Amino acid sequence: MSSTKYILGIFDDPDDLMHGIDKLQKNSVPIYDVYTPMPIHGIDAKLGIKDSRLGYAAFMFGCMGGTTIFTLVYYFLVHDWPMNIGGKNFFAIPDFIPVTFEWTVLFASYGMAFTFFFATHLFPGRAPRVMDLRATNDKFVVAIDAKGNIPHEDINTILKEAGAVEVKHNDRKYVSYE
Amino acid sequence: MASHSESIIREPLITGKNITYGQITDDILRPVENMPGKAWWIGFTVASLGAMLWVVSISYTFWFGIGSWGLNKTVGWAWDITGFVWWVGIGHAGTLISAVLLLFRQNWRNSINRSAEAMTIFAVICAATYIGAHMGRPWMAVYSLPLPNQYGSLWVNFNSPLIWDVFAISTYFSVSLVFWYTGLLPDMASIRDRATGLRRRIYSVASFGWTGSVKTWQRFETVSLILAGLSTPLVLSVHTIVSMDFATSLEPGWHTTIFPPYFVAGAIFSGFAMVQTLLLITRKVLGLENYITMFHIESMNKIILVTGSVVGVAYITEFFIAYYSGGEYEQYTFLNRFIGPYWWAGCMMYGCNVLMTQMMWSKKVRTNIAISWVLSIIVNIGMWFERFVIIVTSLHRDYLPSSWAMFYPTWVDVGVFVGSIGIFFTMFLLFIRVMPSVAIAEVKLLLKSASEQAKKKHIDEGHLDPSHVEFYKENLIKFDSIDHSEYEKA
Repeated sequence: MSSTKYILGIFDDPDDLMHGIDKLQKNSVPIYDVYTPMPIHGIDAKLGIKDSRLGYAAFMFGCMGGTTIFTLVYYFLVHDWPMNIGGKNFFAIPDFIPVTFEWTVLFASYGMAFTFFFATHLFPGRAPRVMDLRATNDKFVVAIDAKGNIPHEDINTILKEAGAVEVKHNDRKYVSYE
Repeated sequence: MASHSESIIREPLITGKNITYGQITDDILRPVENMPGKAWWIGFTVASLGAMLWVVSISYTFWFGIGSWGLNKTVGWAWDITGFVWWVGIGHAGTLISAVLLLFRQNWRNSINRSAEAMTIFAVICAATYIGAHMGRPWMAVYSLPLPNQYGSLWVNFNSPLIWDVFAISTYFSVSLVFWYTGLLPDMASIRDRATGLRRRIYSVASFGWTGSVKTWQRFETVSLILAGLSTPLVLSVHTIVSMDFATSLEPGWHTTIFPPYFVAGAIFSGFAMVQTLLLITRKVLGLENYITMFHIESMNKIILVTGSVVGVAYITEFFIAYYSGGEYEQYTFLNRFIGPYWWAGCMMYGCNVLMTQMMWSKKVRTNIAISWVLSIIVNIGMWFERFVIIVTSLHRDYLPSSWAMFYPTWVDVGVFVGSIGIFFTMFLLFIRVMPSVAIAEVKLLLKSASEQAKKKHIDEGHLDPSHVEFYKENLIKFDSIDHSEYEKA
């Protein structure tokens, strides 16, 4: 049995990469993941990645922020320490709008950003799980789980035919661990 | 699709021959991966001397109190709040470029957004130092926050624009920071994967373990888009609220309803001028002429021209309304800008902001780097004087002629202001040394669609409308980073 864990098809060009993905899929080779130095539009649909729901998260966090500050201001200025300013209403809603708006934006932004970090496992100190170090520079890498996907030679041929400049058989999943 | 090609009549956003993805990474990371040159060291030395002046002046202020400034009973707000509004205004361009231009799908933002956002953050930090400093007893700054305290609790007054400002500026800073840093993650990963040893460790932590997998990129783009949508009203709200610090008062010259849009336009105006000041030097010193092209410079000049003209219209409106209102105090304040003892400040304000920027109607001016740079400095000076005129000139002659006074800055006033510029440049220079000053991934997106070489290939293939090609070639003449002989023989 070969010791190959992952087969990497390395492309120079995003269009060749897309072509390679099509070819692999036509030959029923499941793709583990694709690593690229920039976002490539349309690739997520090809790989069956669902649309992000971060927008809903942002909306909910925004509602939370707005409600939080509005409630607090109500408590401060209407309930806890009402101030008589020329006999005007204590509950001066228009005056509360700027801060309500600010905290809506603040909570929505931070809530969404941290949801994104959490959901994609990004945090300071996380060991980068990189399969090929050039994938953040100038190479477009498609990774195929070697287990069960045999014969490997056929995959090599498919990738080469699609325009891969290099095909690598990695014995380790990630090369970035020291 | 990555290969979607852009119409030939659009000007290229990346110039140069044989640019590859690897070349883009190399070019942009050169200042990060190599020792800085002489120009950087000279700049850094001057900037840190300025920063030290700030430390001295601000320590002096904290030790001896606000009395060390030139303020008096009549002019109780002067260079401090002028500096504050000036810096906040400058801080508006970054988010405008990264958010508003993203929503409008202006691809030319891709190569200038990173440094503009960094500039935003540093400018807001400079502005925040003024808030702390002008309180007199800065350790009391905590009372601007609605925190439980031993007085009751005595809460802050949410009816006051000054409190709105606390919320607006802090939110603006926080949101700009998260927007900027999220965008930095993929580029930090690029540095990490090319580095070794300790450097690699540091950038590994800084890149949050970014890998560039499909799902991360897709989520990343969603986050960028939604943050842009959130930041757009935010950036408008911030200077609106800053203007309300003045507009809700009863001071002639301040309590005008035009202030919010007028301040926002002025903020974008001064912010773009500062971006122009910095980028014209950065592109030269770091050799980024192929990524920050003449098209970028001209586009920014056009925005400066538009916002400068909006500001001009606001000035005229102010004068007209002062006349039309029939309020004699209001009328006097505006007349006093020209016939009072601060006439020279008024001339600087109207001259630099309105008259000088009108020169940009000429394409020759817009595409001349030296003139653009000088004009961007003039705009910065003019916008500083705008705030000075609004604040000091309005205050110095109040309702009671016996209390009329002049404002004379002390060395501490000057030191805090000049020092804050030093702080700003120190931070900016450090930034371009340790972080990619251009968004690498976003520039790579443009390579196959909007670069000069891609367009050249299309021209050479010869399927394009010759009149369009001619139009395109004429547009290329202004570019300083293009080998024009290539096009002449074709």
